[in-house]
Amino acid sequence: MTTLTPSPELAAALGATLVVMPAYNEEQAVSAVVAEVLAAVPGASCLVVSDGSTDATAERATDAGAIVLQLPFNLGVGGAMRAGFRYAVEHGFRYVVQVDADGQHNPRDVPTLVDALSEVDIVIGARFAGEGEYKASGPRAWAMKLLAFTMSRIARTRLTDTTSGFRGAGPRAVELFAAHYPSEYLGDTVESLVLALRAGATVRQVPVAMRERAGGVPSQNAFRSTVYLMRALVALVISLTARPYPLASKDAPVPSRTEATR
Amino acid sequence: MTTTAYVFGIVSSGLVVVAVFELLRRRQVRERHAVWWVIASLFALVISIFPSLLEWLAKVVGVAAPINLGFFVTIVILFLLSVQHGAEFTTLEDKTRALAEQTAFLRQRVESLERRLDGGSAQAENQQRDQADPGTDGEAHDARVHPYAGTEYQDHDKPHHEAH
Repeated sequence: MTTLTPSPELAAALGATLVVMPAYNEEQAVSAVVAEVLAAVPGASCLVVSDGSTDATAERATDAGAIVLQLPFNLGVGGAMRAGFRYAVEHGFRYVVQVDADGQHNPRDVPTLVDALSEVDIVIGARFAGEGEYKASGPRAWAMKLLAFTMSRIARTRLTDTTSGFRGAGPRAVELFAAHYPSEYLGDTVESLVLALRAGATVRQVPVAMRERAGGVPSQNAFRSTVYLMRALVALVISLTARPYPLASKDAPVPSRTEATR
Repeated sequence: MTTTAYVFGIVSSGLVVVAVFELLRRRQVRERHAVWWVIASLFALVISIFPSLLEWLAKVVGVAAPINLGFFVTIVILFLLSVQHGAEFTTLEDKTRALAEQTAFLRQRVESLERRLDGGSAQAENQQRDQADPGTDGEAHDARVHPYAGTEYQDHDKPHHEAH
């Protein structure tokens, strides 16, 4: 958990952090989550990307103090995130943290993620890394295990929860994602990670606890999970064979850290 | 082959050629989309005028029944057409997505400018931010609302500023 008084470096990093929340018809939960983020992450800005919502998501988010982007139709989480990354680049934010609008991610973990971004390009808030009570079963669990195994090999670090939507990106990753964030199904999780890894980005996972969703129903049935498994594997294979994009060499996270501590 | 069948073949393939060129002429199909249609219709016309050409070609490539060569070429052309359409769809989807992003960015800017003009609700928003971050808020918020006011990249330098 976060320390109550962040170090000067972390405070500065949080001031340059954009918390992005893709939201599709989340009027029930969004304002509480935005308020929680603004309270838990001092200095950070909160961007809600209303992904073609037909309810009052945008109004609730604006009233709660978030910056709101309203996409005219549904682009999926990947499309919403790319808009978020582009917003971050255009407005000079160095760090982007993705948080679900349904409240299952605890905003108090955001500073932990941003802190780790001083050393690596991408941080994943993992549900199985010690903390939390989240449990998956059946084909969905097998898919997650297989993905975790393969991704760990590619990343050369232990990754247990590659489909987590709770993740942070440092300056180099933000720039890469603003241009090339994949918009296909599962692209926002598996493919984006492979894309970044093949571009030379470094990844680490940080344990986080998941909470009950404040709204919406999780989809869990055997048929869907099997389809999920197949599509995840196809996405993985395709992204492994696709031509890699280069990562900007400037703003490497490790040098900027030494500069900040000087 | 009867004369009727011969004439029927020439007339129908000729109609296809005329239809494709007419669409091109009216600019209802762009030439880069119609490339395979033009090739396919000309292929059909030539073969229907000189059926012996197909027989000769079949012998050259070693296909026993000439008509199978005709089917094969037709299928290949239709397949290439479908693939071309798929690629075009992807390009269009990307463009649509870029436009959707653009409208979202513009709408956000317009609405935040409206709120600033509106006074009341803009102040409420500023208060909210002041509570979250009393120190650096003023300049950072201005930089975000007014990206072209010269303070655009203030946030870029922020971490460095505070480090020095």
